[in-house]
Amino acid sequence: MLLAVDLALIIEKLVLIIVVVMASLVIAMYTTFAERKVAAVLQDRRGPNRAGPFGLLQPLADGLKLFFKEEIIPNFSSKFLFVLGPGLAMLTAMMTSAVIPWGDKVELFGRNISLQIADINIGILYVFGVVSMGVYGIMIGSWASNNKYSLLGGLRAASQIISYELAMGISLIALLMVTGTLSLKEMVVQQQSGYWNIVYQPLGFLIFLICSFAECNRTPFDLPEAESELIGGYHTEYSSMKLGFYLFSEYINMFISSVIMATLFFGGYDIPFVDETTLTANTAAILGVLALMAKVVCFIFLFMWVRWTIPRFRYDQLMYLGWRIMIPLALFNMLVTGGVILYFNK
Amino acid sequence: MQALTNRISQVSRKPMSLWERLYLPAIFKGMMITFSHIFKKKPTINYPEKKRPFSPVFRGLQILNRDEEGRENCTACGLCAVACPAEAITMEAAERQPGEEHLYREEKYAAKYEINMLRCIFCGLCEEACPKDAIYLSETFTPADYQRKQFIYNKSELLIPHPKENPEEYKKALGNRPVKAEVK
Repeated sequence: MLLAVDLALIIEKLVLIIVVVMASLVIAMYTTFAERKVAAVLQDRRGPNRAGPFGLLQPLADGLKLFFKEEIIPNFSSKFLFVLGPGLAMLTAMMTSAVIPWGDKVELFGRNISLQIADINIGILYVFGVVSMGVYGIMIGSWASNNKYSLLGGLRAASQIISYELAMGISLIALLMVTGTLSLKEMVVQQQSGYWNIVYQPLGFLIFLICSFAECNRTPFDLPEAESELIGGYHTEYSSMKLGFYLFSEYINMFISSVIMATLFFGGYDIPFVDETTLTANTAAILGVLALMAKVVCFIFLFMWVRWTIPRFRYDQLMYLGWRIMIPLALFNMLVTGGVILYFNK
Repeated sequence: MQALTNRISQVSRKPMSLWERLYLPAIFKGMMITFSHIFKKKPTINYPEKKRPFSPVFRGLQILNRDEEGRENCTACGLCAVACPAEAITMEAAERQPGEEHLYREEKYAAKYEINMLRCIFCGLCEEACPKDAIYLSETFTPADYQRKQFIYNKSELLIPHPKENPEEYKKALGNRPVKAEVK
């Protein structure tokens, strides 16, 4: 039967979706905590250590505070869009996690459960599509605020993300020429048996890394919310949990782009120096998830480390870097990769 | 031109070399500097749990002293109130009745003694003015309360614990400050 509904599959996917969404929310929550801690440590301070042991309950307290804050919707804003903005930012941030292979198969209740919500064969394109939607949340929110600083922040975000998405995409084309697949799962499987893609694409990785900093609006590319110039940038008019959503979506984006970088260039859930076939399926899957998380933690630390080291770009420098350096470099990388592939396949 | 100081330094206007224009080496260097700060000693102390040692002349909240038998030193002469530049101190004198010799050291005592801690500037002039070693500034500081009127400290809040009945608290309140030579 073509339309037979596999109930178990639906439940399995539903559980997986809930787990992934919850996990990314919790991780994003603790990333805010980690950000404060890392900032403190890098600046010889102590960071939050009052709420709970080692301050571990701090993100809960922060979230609670945001919920209890007064909700202000400016009189001259378009109310529907004003509410839609942060919702959209949050939604697009969460949606990317659908195609990421979090681990290998797990055997549970006699079923082989793949730790990936959807293994679609255009995985990386889907990620790109959703990520570029992310700018809509910022644009809509900033436009609806009816505030010139918000609008400036939104414009900056839009032009920045569009500029850097180009270089990111081109650097990815080179990677796709090496792997020959768009499915994230297959890329990981290839890296498990061979070398990690970073070996084949070091320049591509560098471009991808810089562009993902820009895509996440992280320092040194945090011009959309440049506090010293634009008050708060696109979320100037926002308060309460709507502001929380914007800030939170930034951290989710950071987490997701760390996962994607780990998956594309650092073997995803591949455990380094260990042959997964020697382990049982379940241990391999669990260790794989842990390995992926370890890589992600390293990337998130890198994000923070850079934030507390490098000052913000000037806007023209940002555009110069994006259009005059990143894109030619990415094109050069693509050309060289193509040439090398052609030469060796002759 | 003659330089005014010898601290002048020439700014280099040379165009950057390729290595410098790559930026990444410089960024890496900067990141190493911030990374090295992870291992640096933190100057911050966890305040309420841990406190920095005070200097022996630290001026905190006032305390009204007793002598070794637990009798109040203050004779309500009013010199502290006169000396106070912030006019934070008020007092009312009373005569010691027979049978109260164990409470007050001399024939006159302060029936009411109030210091407004919101006015007090902790200059320590009251301590300097006191001829009876009756008031001094302790090491207690940062009082916190919800109402302004709670900051007008009366005698019960200012008096040092009784040295006979509560010797440990008395010792703690006395601190390790040198006791002023008494003028009899």
